[in-house]
Amino acid sequence: MTYAKPVPVPDPDTRPFWEGCLQGKLLLQRCDACSGFRFPPSESCPNCGSERVSWVGSTGRGKVFSWIVVTHPVPREIYAADVPYVVALVELEEGVRMATNIVGCAPASIAAAMHVEVVFDRVSDEVALPKFRPARTHRAD
Amino acid sequence: MWNLRDKYAIAGIGCTAYTAKSGRTVLSLAVEACRKAVDDAGLAMAEVDGVVSFNFGDSVPSIAVATGLGLPSARYAVEFSSGGNAANLIVQAAAAAIEAGLAKNVLCFRAMNGRSGFRLGGGRELNSRGITQFTAPFGWITYPQAMAMWCRRHMIEYGTTSEQLGTVAVTCRRNASENERAMMRQPIALADHQSSRMIVEPFHLLDICLESDGACAVLVTSAAAAKDLRHPPVYIMGAAYGGGPNQGDDLFDAIRWPDHAHNYSKYIADDLWRSAGVGPQDVDVAEIYDCFTYSVLMQLEGFGFCKEGEGGEYVQNGRIDRDGELPINTHGGLLSEAYIHGLNHVFEAVEQLRGRAGARQIAGAEIALTTAGAMTCGSALVLRR
Repeated sequence: MTYAKPVPVPDPDTRPFWEGCLQGKLLLQRCDACSGFRFPPSESCPNCGSERVSWVGSTGRGKVFSWIVVTHPVPREIYAADVPYVVALVELEEGVRMATNIVGCAPASIAAAMHVEVVFDRVSDEVALPKFRPARTHRAD
Repeated sequence: MWNLRDKYAIAGIGCTAYTAKSGRTVLSLAVEACRKAVDDAGLAMAEVDGVVSFNFGDSVPSIAVATGLGLPSARYAVEFSSGGNAANLIVQAAAAAIEAGLAKNVLCFRAMNGRSGFRLGGGRELNSRGITQFTAPFGWITYPQAMAMWCRRHMIEYGTTSEQLGTVAVTCRRNASENERAMMRQPIALADHQSSRMIVEPFHLLDICLESDGACAVLVTSAAAAKDLRHPPVYIMGAAYGGGPNQGDDLFDAIRWPDHAHNYSKYIADDLWRSAGVGPQDVDVAEIYDCFTYSVLMQLEGFGFCKEGEGGEYVQNGRIDRDGELPINTHGGLLSEAYIHGLNHVFEAVEQLRGRAGARQIAGAEIALTTAGAMTCGSALVLRR
């Protein structure tokens, strides 16, 4: 069955990110000049303007910054079977945030600052989405 | 910073009926609201030489409205590609254009078939490009879903409750019950809010604004010219537009925003009050952008009516009622009057300052605040009679 939900269309700035996901790697841009991590990907660094950048692997670990539970599907024909589902902003250990889904736990069990880790949901041959589940191991704060 | 205190004024207001199904073109709605605003001002149509609007790809260009109105010389017919964040910005832009000599009498309008036509609450394309490739594939698509993420942050940081949000919905509906323009006039109780369907936690249905067909317009001119027109001028004391760092790649995107427990209002409040020469304590009536109940709390904090984190407590115990310390959204707001993307707040503020708001009138209202926006960028005006 073909995947009938919104899919990312990689562009020159984001292609390495999505290719990394397909290989099971969560890659982030780190500026070669100021060493800052950034996300979403961009050609030049918003902090210092440098275009010199390296793609480095994230630990894939982070914490829930905020989350919502979608109970009313929009569009209905796409999400009717998925509700309730959780969308979260996860703050990675590298300091950047990304939007994602929290999977592998009941929505009611999610709490602020909950430790999560990345899992890749390969929705088609071309696309793997980085989602997060409750962390099985995490470093002590 | 805005440095035109009291030099410009709103001299005319107009609107269409607000409905769920207009059965008319957006252009017809826009022309009707604009024509009424010009008539209300008592100005000859030929004197109007500017039209400013904003839209989300869901409306008509300003030149189309200038054409529909038969303006002989539209020197300044422009639009902003924006959401509700621009509802006060267009008034500011109209005054700035007049100051610069680009026009003399400028209409500002917002028109849309927001329920029967293009619905802002609808989905997005399956192929997600640009910043949307990092949001829509996770089923994060609609504005209620976007804003719920902000609301949750406020709950996390400050313990804000759904009942506090509900107080805003109940207040707006009570005000709308006295407003013949309002789409939703049946009063509700807090229990109705609490039992309304959950749409996206933490938002119930009654935390979310209406979808509306309709148009609203205001006419901006110089204070000197306004004095010779039909109504007493409503002066633009202060104005501000903007936001903080990392306003994002579009109006949905706030991935890099510093903290979603605060919005644009925190960042423009100083400019607004300094430009107006007054402060929050001087405001008699506040029409606060209420695309969601939550956005009201955040702006009450940002504009300094209470401390950060105290918005939830502030709205309780009648403080925002018509006879309270700070009457808000006297027309019912976007939650209960109509979603004309915030320009209807300016319309209502003008009615209040003219003393013509009927059963909704705040006695002795001299200074009004209008705000527009809920997320990373927005605009606000301080108006006086």
